[in-house]
Amino acid sequence: MNTKKTTFVDSVWDFFCSLKLTILILLLLSVTSIIGTVIQQGGSAEEYIREYGQSNYELFTKLQFTDMYHSWWFVGLLGLFSVNLICCSIKNFPRAWKFVVSPQLIASDATFKNSANKGEFSTKESIASLLPRLNATIKSHFAKPVETKADGAVHLFAQGGIYSRFGAYMTHLSILVIMVGAMVGTVWGYKAYVNIVEGTSISQVWPRGGETPIELGFSVRCDDFDVVYYAGTQRPKTYSSELVVLDGGKEVLKKKIEVNHPLSYKGITFYQSSYGPAGTGTFELEVTDNQTGEKVQVTTAQGKKNQLARGFSFSVDDFTPNYDRFGPAARLHVDAPDGTHRTPFVIMQNFPQFDARRGGDFSFALKGYNQPQYTGLQVAKDPGVWVVWTGCFMMVFGSMGAFFFSHRRLWVRLREEKGKTLVQVAANAHRNQAAFAMRFEDLIKQIETTIENKA
Amino acid sequence: MDSNLFFNVTTFAYFTAMVIYIAFVVTRSSAVAVLAKLVAVGGFLANTLALGLRWYESYQLLGGDGRAPLTNLYESVVFFAWSILLIYLLVDWKYKQPAMGAFVIPFAFFGMIWAQFGLSASIDPLVPALQSNWLTYHVITCFLGYAAFAVACGVSIMYLIKVGKEEKAENSPIGGILGVFPSARVLDDINYRAIMIGFPLLTLGIITGAAWANYAWGTYWSWDPKETWSLIVWFIYAAFLHARFTRGWVGRRAAWLSIIGFAATIFCYLGVNLVLSGLHSYGGS
Repeated sequence: MNTKKTTFVDSVWDFFCSLKLTILILLLLSVTSIIGTVIQQGGSAEEYIREYGQSNYELFTKLQFTDMYHSWWFVGLLGLFSVNLICCSIKNFPRAWKFVVSPQLIASDATFKNSANKGEFSTKESIASLLPRLNATIKSHFAKPVETKADGAVHLFAQGGIYSRFGAYMTHLSILVIMVGAMVGTVWGYKAYVNIVEGTSISQVWPRGGETPIELGFSVRCDDFDVVYYAGTQRPKTYSSELVVLDGGKEVLKKKIEVNHPLSYKGITFYQSSYGPAGTGTFELEVTDNQTGEKVQVTTAQGKKNQLARGFSFSVDDFTPNYDRFGPAARLHVDAPDGTHRTPFVIMQNFPQFDARRGGDFSFALKGYNQPQYTGLQVAKDPGVWVVWTGCFMMVFGSMGAFFFSHRRLWVRLREEKGKTLVQVAANAHRNQAAFAMRFEDLIKQIETTIENKA
Repeated sequence: MDSNLFFNVTTFAYFTAMVIYIAFVVTRSSAVAVLAKLVAVGGFLANTLALGLRWYESYQLLGGDGRAPLTNLYESVVFFAWSILLIYLLVDWKYKQPAMGAFVIPFAFFGMIWAQFGLSASIDPLVPALQSNWLTYHVITCFLGYAAFAVACGVSIMYLIKVGKEEKAENSPIGGILGVFPSARVLDDINYRAIMIGFPLLTLGIITGAAWANYAWGTYWSWDPKETWSLIVWFIYAAFLHARFTRGWVGRRAAWLSIIGFAATIFCYLGVNLVLSGLHSYGGS
């Protein structure tokens, strides 16, 4: 009964430890991930029904294809991946750790005989006289050796790059750290957005896909929003907002943010994301009375009726920032004293004299148009982001350690035999053997020279 | 003297090098191999010079808004070709297997010919989102990684051709065209080494991309198609690296994984822009 139970537990354990499972999960993850790149994620029901039909949409909802990266089965796959990672690491870590706590100080006869990197020398010099020089050579060309006396022989052991045995574990751990960081962000953080009209301030932001606003605990004011275009084009070069953080009624932080240059305060970061017009703009106009030559300055808004002399009035009907590449222009009409609506006409900001040629009772010049803007900000709070970056650093160093470095070990045995000293050398690397073989060739030459050179 | 001239020289040199490398495989003459390598190195130098000139030209054209030539599809393709040659020459320096050239140089040549004839080479100012130093780190790490995968893919194709013949021939040496191929064991080793270079670079590429996204939008990962495909590529090569230690997955299957991995890489690079849409769509023209 007892043995059978152990066997079952063992086989479950072996299943979770197996590399075949790792490969299967990695390939399953890569194949299933494709779904979410083909089917739009987080769309509305109508969009899916329009594109795929009602029955497919129902299937998608059942399989959670419309938000697949958060679906039970994808998260489950990631969970299984983590379990596999942890089990593999638990199974193999003690073996790697053994190299640290109990290094193999003495090599066997078989090692000296069969190692791919080996050498053997014989000298008349005594062990006692050779040993200090040999130690020094190994120390300067490889690593500081440890000396052990056993079985009537002197053994030297030196090693380097032992940390590379842990590169894979660090990489595995880094994946778990990144996952933890992502979870921290999901649970304690949020992604939101907010639009601030120039000159106003906000103290709430709107979470993505949520309806209840989030209180910031401080307020943010936008003093100015500005778009700069590349000369002679409509391509925006930068857009920026002058933001002021007000906490407890005091201005605590002031920063001009732009794309790629956000503002952070109390763990909440504001990113320049979009912009747009807010409310109606105001027009600055100069009206010339063509009978008297008298000029008046008028500030008005679109659709508003403005009185002029002798019972006339006018209003602005429309505005465009770029009229046929001639720049900003407004369309106006004049109402006669009897109320007749006269033919509308266009005035252009860049050509202030143009309207005088129309020959009406009044001529108009557009001096300026002031459109208030709102700045669109992404707002993010992610207390897990530093955990994620820590994981990323671990992953980079872990994988570099695992791929580009190896644990290199060197054993030397000095033994007296028939009045001579027999020196045997063996070495190995647990990875990148070819590169190590070249290094060993140099090392063995140094050892040979050291043995020959009695001075 | 403008960059376009040197990009044309590069294209021609890669074409010539490709043809001479194929001639080497047929003739097995070491003099031909030396000539092929000289032309390839010449093409690489022309490519380097052309990239440098284009960088300089961007400052002449855009003044203070000049930038490293790594910002649109055209520039990324010519940089990709440069990266393939860089990694190829490094691997060649270490392993000295000229037959590889016949299977790796074509990737660089097809990239260059597509860029020169199919893509717009105009130097435009950058949209605000691309004005970041992260762009440079992100593009360099990604494309060096992709280039290593291209080399691995070429070598895997050679492996699959060679291993079948080796098994049939058993212990007798293989003559004919396949005689100049490195042994299957060496090809397998080069494949693994190339992916060992590419994988950490891809990892760095994904991380720098995530860091940049976090800095520009406040989200380091949003499962946008480009991000997801880069992760798909990462999963495939992670599977490859583990396949090396797993019985039943060594050899042919590993070579296939390497080829599938590179196909996914190319889809991540081009397919996502041309077929799917997302945050990276501005890189599409």
